[in-house]
Amino acid sequence: MRLDTNRDRTLPILGAVLLAVIVFGPLLPKWALFLLTIAIAKGLVSLGLMLQLRAGLVSFGQALYYCIGGYTAGSLGRYFNISDMLLQMICGAFAAVFVALILGLLLARYRGIFYGLLSMALSMILYGLLAKSESLGSTDGINILPSTVFGIRPSQEWLRYVVIVTGCSVAVFATALVHRYLKTPLGRLAPAIKDNEIRVEYMGASVRQAIYVKYVIAAALSGIGGALAATAVGHIDPDMAYWTTSGEFIFITILAGTRSVAAPFLGAMIFEIIRTVAFDISPNTWQMTLGISLLLVIVFLPEGLWSLFGRRKAG
Amino acid sequence: MQEIVTVIVDGIIYSAWLFIAAVGLTLIYGVMKIVNLTHGSFYALGAYAGASFTGAWIAHGYPPMLSYAVLLASAIVITLVFAPLIERGILRFMYAKEEVVILLITYALFLILEDVIKLVWGVDPYFIAEPYGLLGSFDVGEMTYPTYNLILVGIAIVAGGGLTLLLRGTRIGKLLLTVIHDPEVSRAMGINVDRFYLVTFTFGSLLAAIGGAFTAPTVSVVPGLGVEIIVLSFAVVVIGGLGSLPGAALGALIVGLVRSATIHYVPALELFVIYFVMAMVLAFRPRGLFSLAEPRKI
Repeated sequence: MRLDTNRDRTLPILGAVLLAVIVFGPLLPKWALFLLTIAIAKGLVSLGLMLQLRAGLVSFGQALYYCIGGYTAGSLGRYFNISDMLLQMICGAFAAVFVALILGLLLARYRGIFYGLLSMALSMILYGLLAKSESLGSTDGINILPSTVFGIRPSQEWLRYVVIVTGCSVAVFATALVHRYLKTPLGRLAPAIKDNEIRVEYMGASVRQAIYVKYVIAAALSGIGGALAATAVGHIDPDMAYWTTSGEFIFITILAGTRSVAAPFLGAMIFEIIRTVAFDISPNTWQMTLGISLLLVIVFLPEGLWSLFGRRKAG
Repeated sequence: MQEIVTVIVDGIIYSAWLFIAAVGLTLIYGVMKIVNLTHGSFYALGAYAGASFTGAWIAHGYPPMLSYAVLLASAIVITLVFAPLIERGILRFMYAKEEVVILLITYALFLILEDVIKLVWGVDPYFIAEPYGLLGSFDVGEMTYPTYNLILVGIAIVAGGGLTLLLRGTRIGKLLLTVIHDPEVSRAMGINVDRFYLVTFTFGSLLAAIGGAFTAPTVSVVPGLGVEIIVLSFAVVVIGGLGSLPGAALGALIVGLVRSATIHYVPALELFVIYFVMAMVLAFRPRGLFSLAEPRKI
């Protein structure tokens, strides 16, 4: 965990990425913009997972909040005719936070596989409800309106660009906030909780409260990610809450590692690229490619791809 | 009255199927402390092997009554090909890692096996309807059920009863219990723990494959078959308590009956209700309905 303030270049890197997206965005083909947007959306969710993973918790149900974010964005467009992207992302985050504030009270008491199993059960509950609710399109899901930003509807030509710039700005802002949070005493507790919970309690900190806060932040990030993915794809369906979707996020988080808030976004991009390329070359073996990459990372790079950058911390 | 009977009979048939599909998961967790996502892959492997071998058997004009033996044999063959390979080749190097990390490793293996299945059997669906209709049907009240369902109930009883007898009544069972209790000390006492792990993993996976093979005649065997069974099996074994045999039976019965009642009265809640029960059990008895108090370890 390298978070030393004096050599921290995370914020400039985030700014540079945003700038690069704004400047080079118009030059990129539409499919690349789409891929990047999805990577940002999934990166946000994985950032939330990373917060939990730093404390040693693996949620097999983060897709719950991804799905809540997506369906919030979708319903806003469908029932209230609100297609503003920013508003959708904010509402997605709030809806997710609202649910997390309640469920977090329960989940903060769980550790290890029980944390994973309970979070999985909760997201499967949402899947079960959505898959059978006809007003929301059952398993087919629903299409959502093309997005607008500040009341302006971009032309088809510029739609992808506008979506990615808006999404990227929000993501960079959120990530910078998370980065700050990780430097607060509460944020720094995570590795200690992973190492030895009881010592943390002896120090006078509340483990349950720390986990609760992480859980809620993670939900907010996932809600934003879900709303962004929904606007980018233009379609939502219950599979957003299925356990395999959560599996994807875990994959990304493990692939990336927990050393930097930027890691999940890099992980998400690599994930999307592996998936797109592997699917293109051989549609029947892309999952195998993913599985083998995951195995290799767990065995040879237990701290994720990000540990390849920079020197390993002494000791 | 008739409706209640139907709900109960449907529920029991579904429970039997759930129990066969899920009991291996609880066995493997109980002995090896592995939350094994490849369980779904073995279910799918069993279904594919059962469908293709039995299909070939019937196409060659061999006696169809023996197709049940072929289903069983194909499950055994396919498990013997893959389970020892996975346990000896990969999993045994991972036992030192945390439970959650091993869970992720089985997730990676699950992804790999999904595509192995596609490479071997292609993506087109397989059908074998013969064994399903062969035995005729029986009546309960006004409802008619295929007798095939009784085979499922029979397998569930044999599997559950056999495992209980094996664990409680034999020397191997006693040895296995010591391995569960403390692998290190067992090893020091001269018990071949590695072999127990290999056999447990293979046997647990075999149960999943049998579940898949005997489901094959009732469905069309398509890619993605294993994905759904994983969460269902989790629901079943978590309700009863991970690692508990009677728990798995109870979990299967609860899920089976609740689901069949929901399908009859409120079909829209079919999926919801299973995971709702799972979440409720986790919320109030996280270690399952059959759990004992466990001291907190420092």
